[in-house]
Amino acid sequence: MRKAPSFSSPQLDMNPMVDMAFLLVTFFMLTTTFKMPQVLSVNTPASFADTRLPEKDVIILTVSPEGLVFLDVDGKFTRQKLIGRMGDRYNIAFNDDQRAAFGLLGGFGMPVEGLSSFLDLTPEQRKSVAQPGIPMDSAQNQLADWLIQARLINPAFRLAIRADRNVPYSMVDQLIQTLLDQNITRFNLITDPKAEKAMEP
Amino acid sequence: MNTHYSNSHLFDPDDPSDRDARHTQPPVDMDMNPMVDMAFLLLTFFMLATTFSQPRTMEIVMPPKPEPQMDLLEQPIKESKALTVILGNDDQAHWYRGVTEPELHIIPYGAAGLRPMLVRLNSEVPELVVLIKPLPDSRYENLVDVLDDLTLAGIERYALVELSDVDEALYRAGKTLQNSGP
Repeated sequence: MRKAPSFSSPQLDMNPMVDMAFLLVTFFMLTTTFKMPQVLSVNTPASFADTRLPEKDVIILTVSPEGLVFLDVDGKFTRQKLIGRMGDRYNIAFNDDQRAAFGLLGGFGMPVEGLSSFLDLTPEQRKSVAQPGIPMDSAQNQLADWLIQARLINPAFRLAIRADRNVPYSMVDQLIQTLLDQNITRFNLITDPKAEKAMEP
Repeated sequence: MNTHYSNSHLFDPDDPSDRDARHTQPPVDMDMNPMVDMAFLLLTFFMLATTFSQPRTMEIVMPPKPEPQMDLLEQPIKESKALTVILGNDDQAHWYRGVTEPELHIIPYGAAGLRPMLVRLNSEVPELVVLIKPLPDSRYENLVDVLDDLTLAGIERYALVELSDVDEALYRAGKTLQNSGP
């Protein structure tokens, strides 16, 4: 009688793999800083600058390829305070839901008048709204008001400009003049790290 | 014949083969698969959600706007120390030295043109001052290119200056010359 072949099912020791997996999970959990959902993706120019952007207390001004300006103020509670102050400034009453929504909003490019109806939308609906950018013309410079109010709440705010590489300089110049009007003379330009070797002979 | 082809074998007292003497396994056999699944799920999530390349920044310090009533003492700079770089709208740097009888040169940005030129001039001219003059329609990227080249060349004295009429005329003349050339 033939003996039944003993199938000792191959025993794979999975413990090292599981150890590795958990090690990596722990590593990523501790090192991660979450990406903020970005309103629009911008192709920033590359440079060899190696200063990192501070993670806190930063206002990012994004300039889209079309020259529209988007504002991103760091800090949920700062944003909630900020919209209250802007509401007072422009005589627009924002309700609690709208304030909460603004606290969770990343960058935006809406004029103050359009903001309350924009905040009433769900985050999904907001994505399909074509935002016109924050008005920056000399007749009504809302961007200047946003910056003044934000800096009143937190004087430690740093300004960073994240402009698309193909934006004409006149658009950036308008933004820089707005900053200079408020005596913001020190600001950062956000760039991509360049891979090329720094100093060729 | 009851043969097991699957790799995972859990103890099942109702399975006749498990009652077999050859297959005695310790009765406590924890199924770790769900835990491992979770671990990998979390791993994938954090790997995708994490931002690896933190954006880099270059810091710019601009002079404050002069107040109208303020008598601003503008320090004139020596002509021999001045270098003007006009950011052309053709991805080329147009530069000249001094003010009187300027000789316009057109070179590309970066390691192939502007940077070695700046390094050379910086070693030749002490206290070189670079005036960056962007055109309204020059690309923002070129501004960053020039600032980058200045930093790498170790030049700390530079300023963003508005284009003057003289500069514009010079720029136009240089461009027509370039177009009519070979």
